[in-house]
Amino acid sequence: MSKNTTLSENVEEYLEILYKLGPDGERVTTSMISENLKIAPASATQMLKKLADNGYVEYSPYKGGILTEKGLKIAKKVTRKHRLLERFLCDILKIKKEKIHEQACEMEHTLSDDAERALCHLLEHPAKCPGDSVIPECDLKFTTCEECKKRKEVDVEEVGKRNENLIPVLDLKEHKKGKVSFIRGDYKVIRRLLDMGITIGAIISVIKVAPLGGPVEVAIRGSKLALGRDIASNVFVEAVDEAGC
Amino acid sequence: MLILVEFSENDSQKSWNGKGHRKKYRHKHGQKHKTVSDLTIALAGNANVGKSVIFNELTGSNQIIGNWPGKTIERAEGKLYFEGYDIDVIDLPGIYSFSTYSMEEIVSREYIALEKPEVVINVVDAAVLERNLFFTMQLLEMEVPMVVCINQIDIAKQKGIIIDTEKLQAALGVPVVPTVAVRGEGLHELMETATEIAKNKPKIKTAKLEYGSEVENRIKELTRLIRSKNLELGYPSRWIAIKLIENDPEIQKLVKSKSEEVVNQAYKLAEEIENIHHEPSFSVIASERYSLANGIAGGAQMQSEIKITFSEKLDRIATHRVYGYITSALVIGGLLLWTFVIGNFLSGLLSDAFSFFQPVDPQISGGLVSILWNGAFGGIVAGVTLVIPFVIPFYLMLSLIENSGILTRVAFMMDTAMHKIGLHGKALIPMILGFGCNVPAIDQTRILETRRERLLASFAITFAPCAARTIIILGLVAVFVNVWWAIALYAIDLVIIFALGRVALKVVPGESIGLIMEMHSFKVPSISVAAKQTWVRIKSLIYLVFPVYIIGSAFVQALYVSGILGPINAALTPITVLWLGLPAITGILLIFGAVRKEFTLLILVALVGPNLAAVLTPVQFIILALVGMLYIPCLSTITILVREFGWKAATSISLANLITAIFLGGIAFRLLSLVF
Repeated sequence: MSKNTTLSENVEEYLEILYKLGPDGERVTTSMISENLKIAPASATQMLKKLADNGYVEYSPYKGGILTEKGLKIAKKVTRKHRLLERFLCDILKIKKEKIHEQACEMEHTLSDDAERALCHLLEHPAKCPGDSVIPECDLKFTTCEECKKRKEVDVEEVGKRNENLIPVLDLKEHKKGKVSFIRGDYKVIRRLLDMGITIGAIISVIKVAPLGGPVEVAIRGSKLALGRDIASNVFVEAVDEAGC
Repeated sequence: MLILVEFSENDSQKSWNGKGHRKKYRHKHGQKHKTVSDLTIALAGNANVGKSVIFNELTGSNQIIGNWPGKTIERAEGKLYFEGYDIDVIDLPGIYSFSTYSMEEIVSREYIALEKPEVVINVVDAAVLERNLFFTMQLLEMEVPMVVCINQIDIAKQKGIIIDTEKLQAALGVPVVPTVAVRGEGLHELMETATEIAKNKPKIKTAKLEYGSEVENRIKELTRLIRSKNLELGYPSRWIAIKLIENDPEIQKLVKSKSEEVVNQAYKLAEEIENIHHEPSFSVIASERYSLANGIAGGAQMQSEIKITFSEKLDRIATHRVYGYITSALVIGGLLLWTFVIGNFLSGLLSDAFSFFQPVDPQISGGLVSILWNGAFGGIVAGVTLVIPFVIPFYLMLSLIENSGILTRVAFMMDTAMHKIGLHGKALIPMILGFGCNVPAIDQTRILETRRERLLASFAITFAPCAARTIIILGLVAVFVNVWWAIALYAIDLVIIFALGRVALKVVPGESIGLIMEMHSFKVPSISVAAKQTWVRIKSLIYLVFPVYIIGSAFVQALYVSGILGPINAALTPITVLWLGLPAITGILLIFGAVRKEFTLLILVALVGPNLAAVLTPVQFIILALVGMLYIPCLSTITILVREFGWKAATSISLANLITAIFLGGIAFRLLSLVF
């Protein structure tokens, strides 16, 4: 049994809400949390402190908390399970959209990692939940979904887990660089991206994000490409220090 | 008839690659019968690297633009006479790879491997060497005789990139020729090199391009197995081996029919590679191929300093969150305004020139004269005075805008809006074209990736207020009601495009593909290149549209003369009179209008005289314009819809137009009766 499963549901819920409110590592205030979970600000503060003690959150009084790498990892995992379950409930079981959130909230804590992966395969590695939020990437050390689909359950142990948190190109700040580490999507999309030079390990940087939910302009291999938002949210990178390359 | 003409207007001032001798190649015009060519040369390369410019410079106006057999992919073929050779030049579609992602890729790959052109000229963008060499690697693997043409070296220079062609040549093992195609520089040498290769057939040494050992050894092993089987597949064995290890489905199918063993062995080898790299084999090979390209590009090019060029400054404005939209609006608005202003002017001139054309009265002159004169010749006159004047300025400006690179920025900015109707930014380009004329617009939807997207875009285009619809709106409503109602109709049309686009999105199944578009650097467009492109486009339009005009117009005239339009009118009264509240004669108008939209107006004038206000009320003017604008794509549009998508889709689109027009017309009649 991994350590994650011993975490209380409560902790997972809190981390999930922190991720929802600050997906790009923004600071989340106590009042934001209390409003969202409909609890007293005092209890929110208490919880943040507890999370800070466990190293999941960086907490500063009156300002709020930021997820640490460790906290972000768990938060992403739970969020991923939640959103995958929503997709499953909506697409496969055809449950009404209003009801899926609550149901997914219940199920996310008990869903095993193997079931998560199987669910991802069944749903054909979806990028978004029914509410149009991006589903975080999985934590397995695969570079593409093609690879994951081919592997049997036993092999997964061997592949191992990713240490670092990946960022979709869409969330990369302008002029920041990243190393392409994982591409989500079916064969055709991956193929097309590879042909255009977005290969695993290549350095990509964001030049410009078009306003109003428009595409992202990236620099790769000395050329410039415009990637639609859907595609940019499926290309995941490891952040690279400016000095590092 | 063989007329030899000099190639370019200003050749005496310009030296070819500094050599200063006159060009020896000429185009042949007016070839009646097909001559056997001595050589076939194919142009291959990424999109937008200047391939078409080279093609146009080489073949001039001596081109045949058609489709690849059984496919809706354009095939451009031209002829050129160079130093004693009759050369057939084929411009292959712009592609990035030989995977089986798109029809263009399959067409190009089959052409190169199976039709075996004597030489392939690989056109490469000097400013983006690495990406372009990725494709060059794949051409080399196909073991075709080739020349690499490093184009746009001037733009690369502006960016501070200098390319050492000698080094590049040594690394690739094939000749490399630098060019600036828009100015014709280096093309003579390019042709010399190409014909030289065709003559001497030097062996290509692809051995220089080796992958990492764990991949390379397996490729070699599989190549040996394929060779030993003598499969006769038409492709080189090593290339087949690489494709099989990449798990290319098309090639797997091809080989499987000959030898299961090879496919199974390839599968096993691919799996071994995947186990080493923890990556799909095609991804491993793509990465390695790119790193080879990177190595070669890096060794052959020098980046002196990273300059922020003027083009990059322009780019910042064109994609700015505020100025970007202003630029986009200016580009689209400017293009349309220019088309209307120049188009109106030209149309006026041509109408004056053809003012001798007056329809005759069939009762006096007889049926046949009426069919030939009013019908067939009338069709030509209408084409010349109404379509050509608008299409020429439109295409000319569009070519300039396209070649400058600004259109990709407009597509970048407009992507979000286009997503609402299931398309992405690139689809804006044909949609803008639709404002001029639907026919070339639908033709241009080819730049979109999937059939679904092309169909959705074409559907939206059939509602776009083209020049003919503008004539109806202006001629009926602006003149006889007022200009505000005319503008309102225009606005309503745009709302309809958007609303129906949303509906079509639900009806046509399939997922939309996201935007992946190369953002090329800005460049100063060449007027002569744009003029040539305009001429080629207009020529193919004339071939497509004029026959339809002439025959269609004559046919309708024949119906008129034979007197069966009266019964048709009567049969249509439930729709025209009862539902739409129009006079019974409009039945004929709508029949005529199916050939060409402006006929609705022209025939009405012919039937009742110029004072239309005597026969129609303001409400009827608006309804007639609304219905006339929407009710069916014109015959030429239907023709191209059939060509691109088949009868079924063309019929569905036409019916959708008809139903929308009648439905909205009836509702508008009832609403407007309350207002007026």
